[in-house]
Amino acid sequence: MKKYDVVTTISYPKKGAMGKTGTWRVFRPILDKVKCVKCLRCWIYCPEATVIRNKDDTVDIDYEYCKGCGICANVCKVKAITMEREGKKK
Amino acid sequence: MAIKNLPREECYLPGSAACPGCPATMALRITFKALGKNTMMIVPACCTAVIESLHPHTSFDIPTMNIAFEAAAAGASGVEAGLRMQGKTDTTVVAWAGDGGTYDIGIQALSGALERGTNFIYICYNNEIYSNTGIQRSGATPYGAWTTTTVGGKTEFRKEMGEIIQAHHIPYAAQTCIAYPEDMYKKLVKAKGIKGPKYIEIMAPCPPGWRFSMEKTVEMGTMAVETGAWALYEVENDKVTFNGKSKLILEKKIERKPIEDWIKHQGRFRHLFKPKKDVKRIKTIEDHIDLIWERYRKRHL
Repeated sequence: MKKYDVVTTISYPKKGAMGKTGTWRVFRPILDKVKCVKCLRCWIYCPEATVIRNKDDTVDIDYEYCKGCGICANVCKVKAITMEREGKKK
Repeated sequence: MAIKNLPREECYLPGSAACPGCPATMALRITFKALGKNTMMIVPACCTAVIESLHPHTSFDIPTMNIAFEAAAAGASGVEAGLRMQGKTDTTVVAWAGDGGTYDIGIQALSGALERGTNFIYICYNNEIYSNTGIQRSGATPYGAWTTTTVGGKTEFRKEMGEIIQAHHIPYAAQTCIAYPEDMYKKLVKAKGIKGPKYIEIMAPCPPGWRFSMEKTVEMGTMAVETGAWALYEVENDKVTFNGKSKLILEKKIERKPIEDWIKHQGRFRHLFKPKKDVKRIKTIEDHIDLIWERYRKRHL
């Protein structure tokens, strides 16, 4: 990355600037790929950009940074995403 | 414009300091998608100054300048003048402020920049409170809402910023909402293509500030439009066009939903329902919204 030689305080872009925010999570979004109809509502509404849009418009969830707000599960029209408590024994 | 056609490019990097379910980051993502990488942001004191995260790292992959609370539009004027002198006229300059920095503290700098005809986009994301400093009342807080400085509910109505902006007769002004990303994207792209001062206001329901659970952000945005508490419209050279659901409400093709449907989900209006339902104050809110829509119909229909 290009570093700038300036006198003022300057920050550089980095993924995870506040650390691994996935540790904030209480509920974990679980995606059912069979039910998914690729409408991409979860992708556009995700506040944290942790719903990853693949080349063929399927989605994946980045658990490293997902804060577990549950918006994706709430906007999903076909209920393909469910929220499960972290650390729950199967 | 369908969701599928929105660009994949992501200039907002995950792992920021935003609260879970933050509407501002949703708005930021769509803004970056619409404006592209050749953009400069000017951010005064607001939630976004926190969302940028701590030095020496930042979550924004585009150049951003932080500035004092009242100076967002003034700073943008300076940056725009500097870029113009260097011949970089294709760069979009964006001033990104909250409702406190627009309605109350930044209004004189904003009014000045609009009057000077600075070529920039001013975006106000309106969560109706000073949420960054701990939920104080702002000029955008609606009647009856609880904040830490209006404990029994606000006793005044909110300012009509859209009308104040329209009085400047700028080339483009619009109101949109985070629950309608396609609408927001369309308006931002349109604003990018117009020369001169542009103003866009985004309704952003704030989970900790409005006291609702974090997964309901989008729902609250949709309900704000469907109950008529917020209107989606754009103003091009003094011609007002309503969009989406707001157009149907304006033309009376659909009945707007009762305001109770929206406010009963928000903890900031809880004192209107518990221990006893405050019918009088709910009616006051309802009447005020009716009054606003009557005014819209008289002017724009």
